[in-house]
Amino acid sequence: MSKPIIILDGISFRYDELTVLEDICLSIRDKDFLGIVGPNGSGKSTLLKLILGLLRPQQGTIEIFGTSPAQARLKIGYVPQFATFDRNFPITVLNTVLQGRLGKTRTLFGYTRQDREAARQSLAEVEILDLEQRPLTALSGGQLQRVLIARALTCSPEVLILDEPTAHIDPKVEEGVFELLKRLNERLTVIVVSHDVGFITRYITRVACLNRRLVCHPATELTGKMIEELYGGPLKVVQHDTLIHGHD
Amino acid sequence: MEDFLHALITQNFMQNALIGGLLASVACGIAGSYVVVKRIGYMAGGIAHAVLGGMGLAYFLGRDPVAGAIITALLAALVIGVVGIYWRKQEDTAISALWAVGMAAGVLFISATPGYNVDLMSYLFGNILMIPRHNLYLIFWLDLGIVLFVLLFYKQLLAVSFDEEFAELRQVPVKLFSLLLLCLVALTVVILIQVVGLIMVIALLALPAAIAGQFVNALGKMMIVAMVLGVLFTSGGLAASYQYDLPSGAVTVLLTGLAYLLATVGKAVWHQWQVRRSAA
Repeated sequence: MSKPIIILDGISFRYDELTVLEDICLSIRDKDFLGIVGPNGSGKSTLLKLILGLLRPQQGTIEIFGTSPAQARLKIGYVPQFATFDRNFPITVLNTVLQGRLGKTRTLFGYTRQDREAARQSLAEVEILDLEQRPLTALSGGQLQRVLIARALTCSPEVLILDEPTAHIDPKVEEGVFELLKRLNERLTVIVVSHDVGFITRYITRVACLNRRLVCHPATELTGKMIEELYGGPLKVVQHDTLIHGHD
Repeated sequence: MEDFLHALITQNFMQNALIGGLLASVACGIAGSYVVVKRIGYMAGGIAHAVLGGMGLAYFLGRDPVAGAIITALLAALVIGVVGIYWRKQEDTAISALWAVGMAAGVLFISATPGYNVDLMSYLFGNILMIPRHNLYLIFWLDLGIVLFVLLFYKQLLAVSFDEEFAELRQVPVKLFSLLLLCLVALTVVILIQVVGLIMVIALLALPAAIAGQFVNALGKMMIVAMVLGVLFTSGGLAASYQYDLPSGAVTVLLTGLAYLLATVGKAVWHQWQVRRSAA
């Protein structure tokens, strides 16, 4: 069993009076494909922001690659929800993906030829190199999702973190995105946050159910099949979430 | 038109006015594009109006109002920027307060200044025909600073405008660049006040870039097109106002607004036609 690369220990987080996360313990190992599932408002995005170092927990510690989240940032490729940016922004696919080179490229002036090569390689990896000159406004949901994944890959990350990657795309396209993530998981650790429990279980190797508290399925490496045996498919996982809610 | 060209050749103030418009268009195209894509028109409006306080104070003290404008504009930008970063919920209120308080202070300072208050009108509505030569130099240096800054940090500014969160994760100093971007807008506001006055600044800041945004798909191209449009609107406005003896700022803004309306409606109609044609 490989060593944990991300360790959350006793994390609690509040927005003013509202407790969003309570006593979260979670360790993620190299090459894990972890799914964090839970209903809307269960604190999934907050948990991601803590791991990314965009928020600080009031209690507990987070260690990533043996250091703090803020310092480990450049090793993480982040794929945000569509809502974090304006889909009508005047920008091409290539220029969006190039943003992944920030922090690695020179500070002054534009991107270098090397940056562009790295960006094109990522575009090729997610199979949309032919779209590089397209404006973002002209893309379908599935294409846009691949652009965001390519941008994250251009960071040359060791961990890929995706926030609701299938929220705005139809099921057919969704399958393609997860096949892509499965392929990337051969060389990367992948963490996917989703409220869509049913689909995710077919791909992930471990699952964490979140609703303010996290039900770790600790140390057990669950396969998709085992989860289905344990919970009898997606329906029961939802019931399980409801049960946790009852605790609160 | 012949009269205008004749005046342009023979009259010094007409040349200054034309050059002022051309120079202002550079800053206007760049800052305006950021204002449009970041949707910070209200902030820009707040800065513009707050500036009257500084202009009034400088006028009262017998100093150059433009110097007062620059200082107040930068201060207002920093206040709005810092409030936006640390008290996001208060941002809207803070802008409204600065907007009105700045104007009120300006009006009081100007009314307390002895003498004939002709300048108030030109601060509010602009008077490009009165623009002195040394202000043109000032606008030139401000332009140069803005262009240089944007050339050097284009990729960071683009990333911050597009997706702040991702930029922060890539270790771009997002707060610093957001503040610098607001300062850039503030300096542009000062430039444009001299062309169309502080009340109508927002039209010249936002509309050329908004028109450009409908036809191009890159921020850089948007800036260039907005600059060209700025040149057309300021010189067109100047010519028309001279020809018909109308206030130049108002004519320029009306021309800009008309172009925006035509572009928007034209684009919508064109789009409809395309859809219908592809359906047929």
